[in-house]
Amino acid sequence: MTEFHDVSHERKAGEKIGRPDKYEYVEHDKPWRYQEGEYTVTRGSAWSGPGCHLGCGVLLYTDKDGKLVKVEGDPDNPFNKGRLCVRCLDLMESAYNKDRIVHPMKRDPKDRGKDAWTQITWDEAYDLIAEKFLAYKKEFGAQSVCFFKGTGRDIAPWISHLAWSFGSPNVVFALSGCACFVPRIASSMCTSGSFWVGDYSQQFTKRYDDPRWKVPECIVLWGNNPIVANSDGLYGHWVVDCMKRGSKIISVDPKMTWLGTKAEIFLPLRPGTDAALALGILHVMIDEEIYDKDFVDRWCYGFDQLKEACEPYTPEKTAEICWVDADKIIAAARMIANADGMIMQWGVATDMSKEAVPSCQALSAIFEITGNVDVPGGMIAPPSILPYYAGWGGENLSDEQKEKRLGIHKYPLYRYGFKNASTDVTIECLETGKDENGNDYPLKAAWMQTTNPLINSSPDTRRTYNALMKFEFIVSVDLYMTPTVQALADVFLPACTYAERNGIRIGDGVQRGETINKAIQVGEAKSDMVINLEIGKRICPEYYPWDTEEEMFSHILEGMDMTFEQLRDAAPTYLDFEYKKYEKGLLRHDGQIGFETATGRIELWSTYFNQIGVECVPSFDEPSPGPVADPDLYKEYPIVLTTGARNWSLFHSEHRQVPRLRALRPDPIIQMNPKTAHKYGVDQGDWVWVENQRGRAKRRVELTEALDPRYASTDHGWWLPEAEGYKDGGFSGMYDYNINQLLAYDPGRTGFGSNYKTVLCRVYKCEEGDHNTLENALGCSEGEE
Amino acid sequence: MPQGILVDYEWCSGCHTCEMACAVELTHKDFPEGHCGVKVHEEGVYPIGGDKWTDINMPVFTDLCDKCADRLAAGEALPSCVKHCQAHVLEFGELEELSKKLAAKPKQVLYAL
Ligand code: SF4
Ligand code: SF4
Ligand code: SF4
Repeated sequence: MTEFHDVSHERKAGEKIGRPDKYEYVEHDKPWRYQEGEYTVTRGSAWSGPGCHLGCGVLLYTDKDGKLVKVEGDPDNPFNKGRLCVRCLDLMESAYNKDRIVHPMKRDPKDRGKDAWTQITWDEAYDLIAEKFLAYKKEFGAQSVCFFKGTGRDIAPWISHLAWSFGSPNVVFALSGCACFVPRIASSMCTSGSFWVGDYSQQFTKRYDDPRWKVPECIVLWGNNPIVANSDGLYGHWVVDCMKRGSKIISVDPKMTWLGTKAEIFLPLRPGTDAALALGILHVMIDEEIYDKDFVDRWCYGFDQLKEACEPYTPEKTAEICWVDADKIIAAARMIANADGMIMQWGVATDMSKEAVPSCQALSAIFEITGNVDVPGGMIAPPSILPYYAGWGGENLSDEQKEKRLGIHKYPLYRYGFKNASTDVTIECLETGKDENGNDYPLKAAWMQTTNPLINSSPDTRRTYNALMKFEFIVSVDLYMTPTVQALADVFLPACTYAERNGIRIGDGVQRGETINKAIQVGEAKSDMVINLEIGKRICPEYYPWDTEEEMFSHILEGMDMTFEQLRDAAPTYLDFEYKKYEKGLLRHDGQIGFETATGRIELWSTYFNQIGVECVPSFDEPSPGPVADPDLYKEYPIVLTTGARNWSLFHSEHRQVPRLRALRPDPIIQMNPKTAHKYGVDQGDWVWVENQRGRAKRRVELTEALDPRYASTDHGWWLPEAEGYKDGGFSGMYDYNINQLLAYDPGRTGFGSNYKTVLCRVYKCEEGDHNTLENALGCSEGEE
Repeated sequence: MPQGILVDYEWCSGCHTCEMACAVELTHKDFPEGHCGVKVHEEGVYPIGGDKWTDINMPVFTDLCDKCADRLAAGEALPSCVKHCQAHVLEFGELEELSKKLAAKPKQVLYAL
């Protein structure tokens, strides 16, 4: 392990090598690796796993034996300025966890669900996978192999490159309706040609001190608790930084959060009614003529149609739909319209309703008609250093194979810049053997990389399990033995943590150029990128000409005029940033002023949606299952449940086996108002079943006044690594604790969006020894139902 | 000179980073498992009349807090909790200097350590 003590790459302070002028740099006193007393320090980006999407700047401390002993924040990195959350501080416990599997293994497909693994070498594993994949490709076509990915960390570009190079168009993000980030991107890109993020000065190396930046007057936290979620390129505590500097908050959330207690206006909307609330706010702005008329006249298209769409959503009607006060809707509309700089801080909740696309369109219209577009302290089009993150190597896939992507014929919106197959269509195809056009479509093998669909992303766990079992051959790449691996994998390949690998970090949100720098090695684990490079060399060698991962990174970085080593020395690098790019011809490919749409304007009425037969203006659909859409069901299941509440220490289904992090969240929680709990005979700390017509999951009750008595909120991603595993043991608590058993595959009209955050449920006390099983969703013995 | 930590608890988000930063600090290897120099107490969320709500978090320094003496002696600029605090609400320094800052705004607490 001592090989990582090499400090031969040291750059003398201030020495500038390989630093193209087009970037701004942050000066560090020390090189990327240096000695500090008895410790070697490796500076880099914490781009996961484990942990979230952000990639905070970290300093990794290793001792003389090459062991990781401490992680600190990098105080010179403008992104986090030395701060870290609990997850990266505790990386040692994740990296050296006793539950990690650090060598490749195989299992006979007949033994799926059993602890019947044989340890094998990497070469044996690759040979086996290559033989199977190439045989399926020959007999059934490359599309018969699906490539599954998990949450958007450093995985998406690598897995799509592998899939496309192999010839398969089927990259699957195992959420119904791709209901995370994609609906927001779809609605933004199609109507304005850009994605929009809040301006927290993250594009400037001097951050809040950059004179071009202005403190946003108003931040609307819409379905997002940023300080806990740290999602989509936003370091959540930037919101706190801005509040200290004067930003005022509007909180749109069914639950009162810590940030919500400091808000000017709190709108505790009924889960799933986001679109109605947005239309109601737009109605007030248009009715009172307090929107930015000049901006709308000059830069927007289809205002009259938007006005018509908002017409029915008077404050009174909106209040009735959303279960909030009419006067607060009016106050929020006025506060937004009057703000000089408003950030629409929208979260994943806006993606996780069935009709998420027209809903996100309504939310966009709020910042668009108020002119908060590419202005200081408003919403900005994030600068993009390299497009590789959206997928590279698309040209490796033939046009013929592209046409075979599952879902594009049923949902034409999937063609517009979106590279995933429809998960919902893929599941149906596994069940029926036919594609959406009714043609035979054999699916034979799956490559699942750092994804845990049976616990985290997929709804309807039993349906997912039964469908995925139809694959004849499944490879899982992961850090731990997850329930997905226990149940499904035939080959397991050990991936590694960010401390164990090299990589590049040019990702979501405002792009900055950073590298991930290897400091340690654990067992035989390899990075996702190395695994993809090595398997790529066997199944599609013509597209993997590189000998090392660094060469592959340098190939991508050619577009940046840097090599991996140069970027490592210079990181973090920033692009120069300009506001109001639409006035300068910087948003359109043809260099004309305006936006990258057919009309050159922000399309409040979308010409693109019109072309593909999707409704052109924002709209609201009653969430179903819901109290209004399904009154009979509501009688039986009288609580509106929202799932996926984030917590400080556990990211998605990760970290359950990490002692210090688990100690901060020992149990899966359902939060409810004391009135609700007492009405149904449960109390603080009780174990309960949370149940609906589809299934039930165990939760521990936490009483809080933060929730309206009609709502409840619960965690997602739960399983118990310490519980008995495999099929006989209930897959480490999968059937008892997975809340997704209450959810269904049910995407929106465009194929995007699904109701993860709005279902109905009831709660009752859980008796000791009461369990769910695979056969019996509600845990009743036969005939009892 | 007596030293202390000034807490601007108005902005303490309750993120528990200070606890973890203290627990994993290398000079704190002898701390009993599960304990460290600071513990965040959470008052919880509840309405306090009209449209007003409260949700106060308060880092409380325990007898294990050694003001990161060894860490600072080794050359680090800041105690680990102060450096990593996600809301930047902790300030370490001499009591005399910190006490002058107390009057600047409400919702602060000064720990003489
Ligand atoms: S927010 Fe936390 S988990 Fe995410 S990169 Fe930063 S420190 Fe790591
Ligand atoms: S000053 Fe040091 S010892 Fe005291 S609580 Fe903070 S980190 Fe712990
Ligand atoms: S790290 Fe800072 S904000 Fe977080 S709990 Fe501790 S004192 Fe509060």
